[in-house]
Amino acid sequence: MSDTALPQTGPRRRAGLRLFGLPFPLAWALAFALGLAPLVRWIVLVATNDLGANPVEFLTRSSGTWALIVLLVALAVTPLARLTRQAGIVRLRRMAGLFAFFYVCLHLMTYVWWDQWFDPASIAADIWRRPFIAVGFAAFVLLIPLAVTSTKAWVRRLGGTNWQRLHRLVYVIAPLGLLHLWWIKAGKNDFLDASIFLSGLVVLLGYRILVRLRPR
Amino acid sequence: MSAFSGKDIPPSEITPETLYFDRRRFLLGAGAAIAAATAAPAQDAAGAPLPARRNGAFSTDEKPTPFQDVTGYNNFYEFGLGKEDPSIHAGDMKTRPWTVSVEGEVARPGTYDIETLLKLASMEERIYRLRCVEAWSMVIPWIGYPFSELMRKVEPTASARFVEFETVMDQTSMPGLRRTVIDWPYREGLRIDEAAHPLTLLTFGLYGKVLPNQNGAPLRVIVPWKYGFKSAKSLVRIRFTAEQPVSAWMKAAPNEYGFYANVNPDVPHPRWSQASERRIGEDGFFSPKRATLPFNGYGDQVAGLYSGMDLAKFY
Repeated sequence: MSDTALPQTGPRRRAGLRLFGLPFPLAWALAFALGLAPLVRWIVLVATNDLGANPVEFLTRSSGTWALIVLLVALAVTPLARLTRQAGIVRLRRMAGLFAFFYVCLHLMTYVWWDQWFDPASIAADIWRRPFIAVGFAAFVLLIPLAVTSTKAWVRRLGGTNWQRLHRLVYVIAPLGLLHLWWIKAGKNDFLDASIFLSGLVVLLGYRILVRLRPR
Repeated sequence: MSAFSGKDIPPSEITPETLYFDRRRFLLGAGAAIAAATAAPAQDAAGAPLPARRNGAFSTDEKPTPFQDVTGYNNFYEFGLGKEDPSIHAGDMKTRPWTVSVEGEVARPGTYDIETLLKLASMEERIYRLRCVEAWSMVIPWIGYPFSELMRKVEPTASARFVEFETVMDQTSMPGLRRTVIDWPYREGLRIDEAAHPLTLLTFGLYGKVLPNQNGAPLRVIVPWKYGFKSAKSLVRIRFTAEQPVSAWMKAAPNEYGFYANVNPDVPHPRWSQASERRIGEDGFFSPKRATLPFNGYGDQVAGLYSGMDLAKFY
């Protein structure tokens, strides 16, 4: 990630910046709508009473799945910008990261509310006793500083280099999130979904290693 | 999911259930195929009325879980890992002709036809709680007769100490068999005194009808004080043994599933607590999970089977 643009600290929009031929504000709005799509789907399913026999389980699993998907999308922004030669995509990276945090928060909420019924002692015991809960919770905690420091003001305050170091935490967070899913699926030897996420993560992290190793 | 979750409209109102379950064959379109499909209901009896006398003494007065949920939210991994997969795929399973092989330590081993088994004893309706190991529960009006009636018929020998149940492996209708979640066929087991307990029900129907395929047609066992996976479905083999059988789940994940698998709020699953459960169709967004009872609330009847045993060790 070190060789890519930092979030723009200058004027918010350069006039005429285009993404895949679209004016940047339109591309931004489309990306934002896409980011909200899972939430909109859940709201529609709740409204139409279409969540199935165990709505709580459905929302817990679906929010977890989308948290991981969006996290991988955030990690895909930089490689995508280089491969498509559309440097402007990088300006959507913060949105992707914040959407990932948003869906992680919703996923955590399903657990705190519907599984644990807001019982702090029970939650603490669960984190202590169950490794898959612990790694999922760790991923959430590590995401907090990234979400907090996602603003331009924080980039300035930390300085670009420190900000970037901090945000490399995502290379720890994403594997923790995947491990969380992997351990859930281990009980039934059902690694199909988890393997797809693993492939995605290997490609996205492998890309960065290759970029690092390549002589310039 | 959406096509299978119309809460207010039972599928039977939309398409005749028997035709629905036979839709693939129906859609072949050839005249002979249509004749076969329309003749099928008489053979594959799923959904046909199954008269039974309510056994109030063995029934809970809790509210039964809606038929839609009982038949649409199932774990039957031979048909797929998703909860909706069984209701989608199980219709392709043929339940006629069907025989059950009774083997092992019995005086009268043999192959018993489903029609014979249906007439072996008088049918009772019993409303039981079902507690899944995944911390959800239902209340289901089953129809069947005590498994002990079959034991009387086949006469286990003095050395029969356990019973092993084996589920059908039907490659044509069971896409889940291609996944190696467990070492197929599905096997479960009970101690002989558990099998002989009056609560243990050889089950042929639910909600007044012949069992839908996804619920284990044409016959299954129901052991209401144990986690649901102990109640093997679509039985083709019942083996009486001297040695404790190794169940499919013990083999797949010995640290997670033991032989006894009695419902026990004090022994957590390695990945979640068993102290509470969510009642399907009742406990939703605005009600906490309800407390799980030892032996699923059947302690008065069955706790004596385990006196002196450390149930944390024999989980």
